[in-house]
Amino acid sequence: MKEARSVILFYSSSAALKMESLAKSENLVVKLIPIPRDLSSDCGICLLVLNDDMEEIKTIIDNHRIEYEGIHDYMV
Amino acid sequence: MIYVDNAATSFPKPGEVGRAMLDYLENKSANPGRSAHRLSIEAGRAIYRTRENLARLLDLKDPLRIVFCLNATEALNLVIRGFLEPGMHVITSSMEHNSVMRPLRNLEKKGVEITVIRDKEDELFINDLEKSIKKNTALILLNHASNVNGRIFPIKSAGKIAEKNGILFMIDAAQSAGCIPIDMYEDNINILAFTGHKSLYGPQGTGGLAIRDDVDFTRIKTLKTGGTGSKSEKEEQPTFLPDMFESGTPNGVGLSGLNAGIEFITARKINEIHDFEISLAHELKSYLKKSAGITIYEPLSEDSTATVSFNIDRLPSSKVAMILDEKYEIMTRAGLHCAPSAHKSIGSFPSGTVRISFGIFNTYEHVEKLIDAIIEISRDF
Repeated sequence: MKEARSVILFYSSSAALKMESLAKSENLVVKLIPIPRDLSSDCGICLLVLNDDMEEIKTIIDNHRIEYEGIHDYMV
Repeated sequence: MIYVDNAATSFPKPGEVGRAMLDYLENKSANPGRSAHRLSIEAGRAIYRTRENLARLLDLKDPLRIVFCLNATEALNLVIRGFLEPGMHVITSSMEHNSVMRPLRNLEKKGVEITVIRDKEDELFINDLEKSIKKNTALILLNHASNVNGRIFPIKSAGKIAEKNGILFMIDAAQSAGCIPIDMYEDNINILAFTGHKSLYGPQGTGGLAIRDDVDFTRIKTLKTGGTGSKSEKEEQPTFLPDMFESGTPNGVGLSGLNAGIEFITARKINEIHDFEISLAHELKSYLKKSAGITIYEPLSEDSTATVSFNIDRLPSSKVAMILDEKYEIMTRAGLHCAPSAHKSIGSFPSGTVRISFGIFNTYEHVEKLIDAIIEISRDF
């Protein structure tokens, strides 16, 4: 995964798992990772996505009315 | 050995259930939704998959609106105690299990008004239900299927009336989820309480609520608060589903087993399971009906679950069940089945009935052996 990536933060790990499941069913490349400490003090998980897929990701979020906390650039 | 006590808990469980639980324990059982390492995520996925499959089974759009509890009783208590306030009115039926009756009677002492509608044929029952609605009616809570005689309530019509009057409609699906097709939207159900260990073929210690997308769940107070793995910086309980109602480490191993149970039954199709089980019940009933000295307690609905209540007239139900167990290794359940109100309603209180409840693993041969045993007991005792 060398392409530009983003992380989506959710309010709960269940919501992150839901988004992972929906994204995978659309064959998108996603990965659940620990929330980077500089983004949140929460100890949960967030979803790493490719920026190229962002349009499809946002369609899923809208269609399934998934509430999320924010979308941030992912820096290694 | 013949097990016909599936309304109490299904037995045996499909082999897949035990295997899924062992797999969870051996390969996944980190704390789901807490730590963010691979094993915790894997455990979280196992539980989420169970939510997804349950949502699909009930035609619920959002898997996050499945809230897991210990069993149907805890799920029912969550809504009954979390939603009803003194001054509110609730309508229920005379066929309810104590999982509904006891929390309601307890709240009655604290000022919640209760109307119990006596079981009648569908149309009359629905008429009585509609007539019982008052200005302060906040909840209609009905058994989907009776654990005593398999009576199936007309939930679709009841739900329609509730909707028309702006009343929350909840069903107790402990006896129906997994053996009767359910569609939360088609059947007008706002909230459904289910158990995992009966017709969903999961292990004991699993159950919960399905809350439809258009229900304002924040009107229900949570009974427990605590760690959820979310919003950890806050000392207040989160207000989103399922976390609001799911504090504490969940039963990951049990829910993995439940998922395997749900996959097992959905691969066989619910209506086919129902048709098969009910054909076993009909076989038994057609014998019981033509036998002198046997009283059968028929449900007041055309369709029913495969639960049959009867008595051999001269013998106490407990004695019949004991002989069936000791002499024939046939396991049934006698007495009141935690449902005194239902037994009053069908006229078998306080002595109770012998209850036979079939499951997916019963056979026609089981029914024949059961009939032979009942013939012998009626003759010899």
